[in-house]
Amino acid sequence: MQRREFIKKTGKAVALAAAAGGAGLLLHNRDAGALLSAHSGDRYTPVFVPSSSFEVPPDPTLPKVTLCHEADAVKALNYSLDAIGGIKRFVKSGEKVTVKPNIGWDRAPEQAANTNPLLVAEMVRLCLEAGASEVIVTDISCNEPRRCFLRSGIRNAAESAGARVLLPREEDYFSTDINGELLTVWPVLKYFLKTDRLINMPIVKHHSMSACTIGMKNLYGILGGRRNQLHQRIDQSIVDLAAFCRPTLTVVDATRVLLRNGPTGGSLDDVAIENTVLCATDQVAADSRAVEFLGLTGERVGHIVLAEKSGLGSIDYRAAGYREVTV
Amino acid sequence: MTIKTVRNLRRVSQILFFAVFFWLILKTTFEVNFNPTDPTEIMLPYPVSIALEFDPLVAIATVLSSGTLYKGLLWSLVILIPTIFIGRFFCGWVCPLGSLNHWVSEIPSERLNHRGAGKIRSNHYKKYQRIKYYILLVFLGAALLGTLQIGLLDPLALLARSIGTVVLPVTHTALAGLVDWFKGLGYPPLGKLAQGVYDIIAPLLLTYRQSFFHTILTIGTLFLFILILNRIFTRFWCRGICPLGALLGIFSRFSLFGLQKDEQSCTHCGLCGLNCQGGDDPEIGRKWRQAECHLCLNCQAACPEGSLKFKFFPQQIVTPANPAGTPEINISRRKATMSVAAGLALFPLLRSGDAFEVNANPLLIRPPGSLAEPSFAAKCIRCGQCMRVCPNNALHPTLLEAGLEGMWSPYLIARIGYCEPTCTLCGQVCPTGAIMELSLKEKVGDKDTPPNRIGTAFIDRGRCLPWAMATPCIVCEEWCPTSPKAVYLKDEIAYDSKGNEVPVKRPYVDPYLCTGCGACEFACPISDRAAIYVTSAGETRSVDNQFLLERNRKKSPVRDRQA
Repeated sequence: MQRREFIKKTGKAVALAAAAGGAGLLLHNRDAGALLSAHSGDRYTPVFVPSSSFEVPPDPTLPKVTLCHEADAVKALNYSLDAIGGIKRFVKSGEKVTVKPNIGWDRAPEQAANTNPLLVAEMVRLCLEAGASEVIVTDISCNEPRRCFLRSGIRNAAESAGARVLLPREEDYFSTDINGELLTVWPVLKYFLKTDRLINMPIVKHHSMSACTIGMKNLYGILGGRRNQLHQRIDQSIVDLAAFCRPTLTVVDATRVLLRNGPTGGSLDDVAIENTVLCATDQVAADSRAVEFLGLTGERVGHIVLAEKSGLGSIDYRAAGYREVTV
Repeated sequence: MTIKTVRNLRRVSQILFFAVFFWLILKTTFEVNFNPTDPTEIMLPYPVSIALEFDPLVAIATVLSSGTLYKGLLWSLVILIPTIFIGRFFCGWVCPLGSLNHWVSEIPSERLNHRGAGKIRSNHYKKYQRIKYYILLVFLGAALLGTLQIGLLDPLALLARSIGTVVLPVTHTALAGLVDWFKGLGYPPLGKLAQGVYDIIAPLLLTYRQSFFHTILTIGTLFLFILILNRIFTRFWCRGICPLGALLGIFSRFSLFGLQKDEQSCTHCGLCGLNCQGGDDPEIGRKWRQAECHLCLNCQAACPEGSLKFKFFPQQIVTPANPAGTPEINISRRKATMSVAAGLALFPLLRSGDAFEVNANPLLIRPPGSLAEPSFAAKCIRCGQCMRVCPNNALHPTLLEAGLEGMWSPYLIARIGYCEPTCTLCGQVCPTGAIMELSLKEKVGDKDTPPNRIGTAFIDRGRCLPWAMATPCIVCEEWCPTSPKAVYLKDEIAYDSKGNEVPVKRPYVDPYLCTGCGACEFACPISDRAAIYVTSAGETRSVDNQFLLERNRKKSPVRDRQA
């Protein structure tokens, strides 16, 4: 072997060895814990949102819960909304509004598992009329979302009323600090955070664990991730969520009420026609009133009681300010 | 029209048919952007499985195995009848897998591909080209007794399966990963740009939700292998393996259209052999093999002297130096007979495993509307359309869950996705009727009609939170879509480790109501092996797999229909 060749070969080998050693030292991480957390696989964009209150200032001259009983759902909504101050109280010109109906299940409107599409469409129309720059309608469904949005009739109704109906996508979640006793950091769909006004539009339904799915329980629909674990302490999780997410307005759809086999329903035998729409600025009072359609009172529902104890609102909706309006 | 124009027409035709095939697979998905006239029945707006219905091999094999020509399979005559008159035009002009093989074969490579004289030699007819006929005969023999295996190697089923369960999901993962990588570079504008490009591509190419499929590796490896073989032998698949090509080859022996050779003007330059796709020996001095020719017309286009011409009723001038045009298929009668016999033998071989293997496999939950297992095995071509269209990614290709006989046929893995109660898309796209098209009423049932059942849920009390761990949970009941709910709750007292009473609601399953959709198993918070799980027990399609005495008396319209 020639000297030149010997030096060349040795040089190459040494350089490669040095590179390997250097790379090893550079990449070696003594703090295995940090490495672990770096690879714990949080697939949501880690954005922490401190507060998400979309409330309007209270007005002592107005009731906190209004109710209208009327066969025409659109009229019922308009009357009860006017009684609580009208749309202009909640939506100002140029504001971005998110409407959150219950679009949980692959069910048709008459099965009363999802919010009445007529009400959603009317709400969208009202918001746009009040000058909203954009109205988004979305929810995190349990069943296949495309089918839920389609079969519930909400996608068509809301879109023809002028809303942007958005299906949640994997990349649309923010990792959010709910700051609750049970709920800490959870993925939340960004449209429920990056908005000026949030209008919660639940339907009144039976639920075997929480007794009812109305306003506060409907807020489950803003959460992604492993929601199915929350039933282990359902009342606290609902209250944590209600404390974190304070909608501008809660519009309760009691046009059709699912009395049994909730929250999925399926049979028309379980549906009662009530022809009623409620509007509320106090979500606890709204739930307390609406749960009466299921033959219950607020005092008998764990999460409603706990919510009042936590200072989120009042079970005694009459004392809080309640008005029934007639057409 | 000059021959160069005709050849360009062929190129356009190949691109067009490949694009249509690919587009149909893309459209084999539940899209949001259409308005059903009746929102209770969600129907696909396009006849997405139509490409497979044009497949004569699928038609003939399913007729042999099941005795009927299902729905759109009559379309296959549109391919078969012209083939009788003009030859294997399908392989050279239409077949999307053929085109893919064509294109991959054409990529020049110094190292792998033969060039010049070497390529001419490799383009000569080879003995291995007979293999496809034997494969075809084995499969047809097996079909004769009722097991359909052509789907494994039928080019359209194979390509649909490979694109639907491998190529598109892999593309999805890759693109999403690429976007993440750009976002992770620490230079936000690049991440935004990548996301922007992704947002444009995604609605065109990707499903709403990333889907993942079991056994993707076996399907993907085979597909890759088929493509890579082209680098060693031009269109090896088409020449040597493809059973559809073999079938069309057999029919092409009656062809009125063929190659006319003019020995006088030929200078033996070899260009025709250099460009031959089928390995059918167009050269003067060799015996042209009609059954191997794909009608790509490369030889005619390449010939500088115009010695080769495709025409109707070609003159067959046979001289000792030029044993011209013979429509013969170069297989021996003895081997052909043996192949059919082997196919016939395949049937008992596949079916004589212990009946437990397939018939009582609790994992083998077939899609709703599926035929009983023997009829299913006689019809499923494993094209993967049902898996692709399932909005919940619930259907997956089996590996051995359905025995060797049913490899890559669909089964439901409820942990990954459940069967959406009102969804009937898999039956809508099945080209052969292995999964029958159900109406909404037949799927969910009503007062007079029992629902279609794919299995029954069972509770694993050793894993269930209220049963085993004194922890409240009602998720399975909440998700249960039947009405009234098949999962019902009873208020009971559990005791925790300290002996405290914990009020829990314990779930039970009512087998009379359960349809086996798997929503409970899907939603169970025990995230590895669910505490409630579905097995095939009680599935509508099987008379034998019933465990309720009552169930045997009840009439099922679906079972009646298939009887």
